[in-house]
Amino acid sequence: MRNNSVRAIALAAALPLVALTACTTEPSVTQTTGAGTGSPATNGAASSPASKDWFDQSLYDTQNQQRSATFEGDPQKPYLQYIAGPMTDTSKYAAKGAKKVCFANASISNPWRQTGWITMNQQLKVLKSSGVISEMETRDAKDNDNTQIADIDYFIAEGKCDAFVISPNSTAALTQAVERACQTGKPVVVFDRGVETKCPTTFIHPIGGFAWGIDTATFLSDKLKSGDKVVALRILPGVDVLEHRWAAAKKIFAEKGIQAKDYFTGADPTEIKKIISDELATGDVKGVWMDAGDGAVAALEAFEDAGKPLPVMTGEDEMSFLTKWKQTGITAMAPVYSNFQWRTPLLALEKIFKGEQIPTEWVLPQKPILADELDTWLKRNQGMPSGHYAKFGGEDLPGYPQVWQQRQMP
Amino acid sequence: MSTALNSGHSAILKQNRASRSERLLRALRTPGGAIFILLIILLAAIIVLNPSFGEPGSFIRFIGRTAPIAIAAIGQYFVIVGGEFDLSMGSVVTMQVIVAGNLIRQDDAKVIPVLVLMLVLGAFIGLVNGLITTLLQVPSFIVTLGMMLALLGLVLYWTGGAAQGNPADSFRQIGRGGIQNVPVLDIIPYPVLILTAVAVTAFVLMRRPFGRMLIAVGDNPAAAALAGSRVWWVRTRAFMMSSLSATLAGILLVGYAGVHPSVGHGYEFTAITAVVLGGVALGGGRGWVLSAAAGAFALESLFTLLNFMGVQATWRDTVQGGIIIVAVAAASRSWQRKRKGATASAHDDQHQLAPTPTPAEGTEQGGERV
Repeated sequence: MRNNSVRAIALAAALPLVALTACTTEPSVTQTTGAGTGSPATNGAASSPASKDWFDQSLYDTQNQQRSATFEGDPQKPYLQYIAGPMTDTSKYAAKGAKKVCFANASISNPWRQTGWITMNQQLKVLKSSGVISEMETRDAKDNDNTQIADIDYFIAEGKCDAFVISPNSTAALTQAVERACQTGKPVVVFDRGVETKCPTTFIHPIGGFAWGIDTATFLSDKLKSGDKVVALRILPGVDVLEHRWAAAKKIFAEKGIQAKDYFTGADPTEIKKIISDELATGDVKGVWMDAGDGAVAALEAFEDAGKPLPVMTGEDEMSFLTKWKQTGITAMAPVYSNFQWRTPLLALEKIFKGEQIPTEWVLPQKPILADELDTWLKRNQGMPSGHYAKFGGEDLPGYPQVWQQRQMP
Repeated sequence: MSTALNSGHSAILKQNRASRSERLLRALRTPGGAIFILLIILLAAIIVLNPSFGEPGSFIRFIGRTAPIAIAAIGQYFVIVGGEFDLSMGSVVTMQVIVAGNLIRQDDAKVIPVLVLMLVLGAFIGLVNGLITTLLQVPSFIVTLGMMLALLGLVLYWTGGAAQGNPADSFRQIGRGGIQNVPVLDIIPYPVLILTAVAVTAFVLMRRPFGRMLIAVGDNPAAAALAGSRVWWVRTRAFMMSSLSATLAGILLVGYAGVHPSVGHGYEFTAITAVVLGGVALGGGRGWVLSAAAGAFALESLFTLLNFMGVQATWRDTVQGGIIIVAVAAASRSWQRKRKGATASAHDDQHQLAPTPTPAEGTEQGGERV
C-alpha cells in the first residue's frame, strides 16, 4: 500500500507539470516549423492550432473567385501565367550581363519541395547558358526560422548578391529579414509562402490554401451524403498554407453536414494507418480528406487491410497517389499546389533584369486533376518515381525526363 | 505459509517462498508488475468507449500493429537494463526502411538477400555502438546520438531524402500479411507471431547466464567485472540485440506502412518511454523484459484511447513527456524503498524457519555457472 501511495503522490506532483508543458505550446514566432506544403513535421515546435482561428472570410472569397479566374499568358507555360492585377515597374533593375542570385530556401525536407528544387536547378542551367545568371548561391535553412534569418543576413553582409530569391519558412518570423533584404536595393523575389510586407519586387504563389480546401471539400460533399464520416489527415499544425486548406474544408463540411474528424500525422504512414484503423473500428468511414498527398497510399491500404470498402478521397498530384488511384479505381480527385512555381522565381528575375513589368503579386494557376484527366497525367509522367509531382512543369527543360526519374538532389 | 519441512535444498527454498498468490501480489506492486494492471485498465477503457475494439478480429490487428514498437522496446530493454542507452534505434529503423525500399524495388528475387543484408547491417551497427561505448569508454548517450546523426546523414546522402517507393509486395507481406481464415480471430498477422517469438526468446535469454550477467553489469559493472564477467562483451551484445530488434521493427514497418523517410522518426524515444513505463530502472540493473513490451502496449493503448476520446493529436507529445516523468519518479521511489529493505523485512520471519540456505545451482538463489 505504501508503494501505491508513493506513486499516487508522484502522479499528483507530476500532473501540474503536464499542465504547465501544455500551456507552453503557444505559437512561437521564432520556432514555427514546416515549409511550403506537405512538410513532414520536423522539429515539432509547431504552434497550437486551437488558439488561432485560421479562417479569413475575405481571403476565402478572393481565392474562391480566383478558382475560376482567367490567367494571362500562354496556357502551355502555366509557370508564366498570372491573374491580371497591379504590376511592378522594374526598369530601375535593368542591367546587362550575367547576375549572381542568392537563394534562401526553407528546406527540401519533403517530396514536394524536392521535386521543385530539381526543376529549379534545371531552369537555372538554361538561364546560365543564356547568360542571364552567372551563379546561384543557395542556403538551406532546414525548416528553421532562425537559420533562414541568419542565411539572409549572411547574403546581405556578403554583399555579392545581385538579386535575392526567398522561399520563407514561416510568415511572421521572416518578415523583418525579408525587409532587410529589400533595403539593399536589389530585387527580391519571394515565392511559395508569403511574408507580411509589400517590399518584395514580386510575390509568386499559386492561388492558395482556401482554393484547395474549397475544391476538395466540395468534391467530397458532392459525392457523399449528409451525416457521412470523413477523416481529415493533416500533416502538422501552424503552417498557414496547410491551415488555410483545412479552414476552408472544415467550413464546407460543416455546412454540408459531413462529419469530419481531423488528425495530425506528420505524413508518417505508420501514424496514418493507425488512425484509419482506429476510425474504421469505431464505424464506417466514407471519405478521406488530406491536406497533402504524402501518405495517401498508406491511408488506402488501411481500408484494404481492414477489408472495408474504399473511401471517396482527395489526395494530391504526387505520383504514388495517382498510381494507387488508377489501380484501385476509387472515386477521387487530386488537388494541386502547383509545383511548377519553383521555375517562376528565376524566370521572374530574367524579366526584372530586362526591366520588364511583372505582377506585384504573381498568382499562378492551381488546377486540380479530376478523374477524366488522370490517364493523361499518368501518361505524361510515366516512369517517374513515387515522390514526383505530376504538375512539376519541367517537360521542356534540359535533362527531362532522366533528371526527375533519378531524383538526385542537386 | 510453509506446508511441510522436508530435507534438501530445494525444499528449503520452496518453503522460504511465499505462496503463489502472495508472490503475484508482490510482483504487481513493483513498477514492472503494475504496468500490466495499467495495460488492462487502458484496454478496458478503450473497450468501454468503443466495444468493437474488443472483438477478437480487431484486437489481434491492434496487437499486430503494436508489434514493431514492442519489439523495439524489448531491444531497448537489453541496453537499458545493462546500464546504457540506445538513441540510434529510430534512425536504424529509418535506414533499414530506406534500404528495403531502394534495394528490393519490385524484384522478388532480391527479398532474401536484402533481408540478410539488413540483419547483418543491424548487427554491425550494434557492434560499433557497443565497442565504442565499452572499449573506448565513450558514454553510450553520445555514441548512439552520434550514430543516430551519422545514419540519418548517410540516408540523406544516399537517397536525397526521398525513397524510391515501396518494395515488392512479397517483402511487405511480412509486416502486412498474416495467416488467413483463422476461426474466431479471422486473421493472425505475421507481426504477432514474430513478436511472440521475440518475446519468448528474450524471456528465455534473461533467465540464462547472459541475462543474469546483463542485469549484474547494469546494477554494478565494477562488481560484475570483479566477479569475472566480461562487461564489454555483455554490453556489446546488448547493443547488437537492440539494433537487431530495430531492424526487425523496420522490416515490419515497411510491410505495415510502406517506405517513407519519416518512418522510425522518434522511435528511440517511444521505445525508451515504453521501457521506463514498464518499470525498468534507467541506469540499469532492474526490470523485467516482458514489462518493457507491456509498456509499449500500454503506450499505444493510451494513444488509441486518446484518439477515441477525441483528444487532439497535438497533445500527444505532452502526454508522452508527462508519462516519462511520472513513471520514472514512481519507479525510482519504489526501487529505492526496496533497497532500503522494505521488502526484506517481509521475508524475515521465513528466514528463521530455515537453516542457512546453501544456494543451489541453477536456482534463483545463485550458483550460476558463468
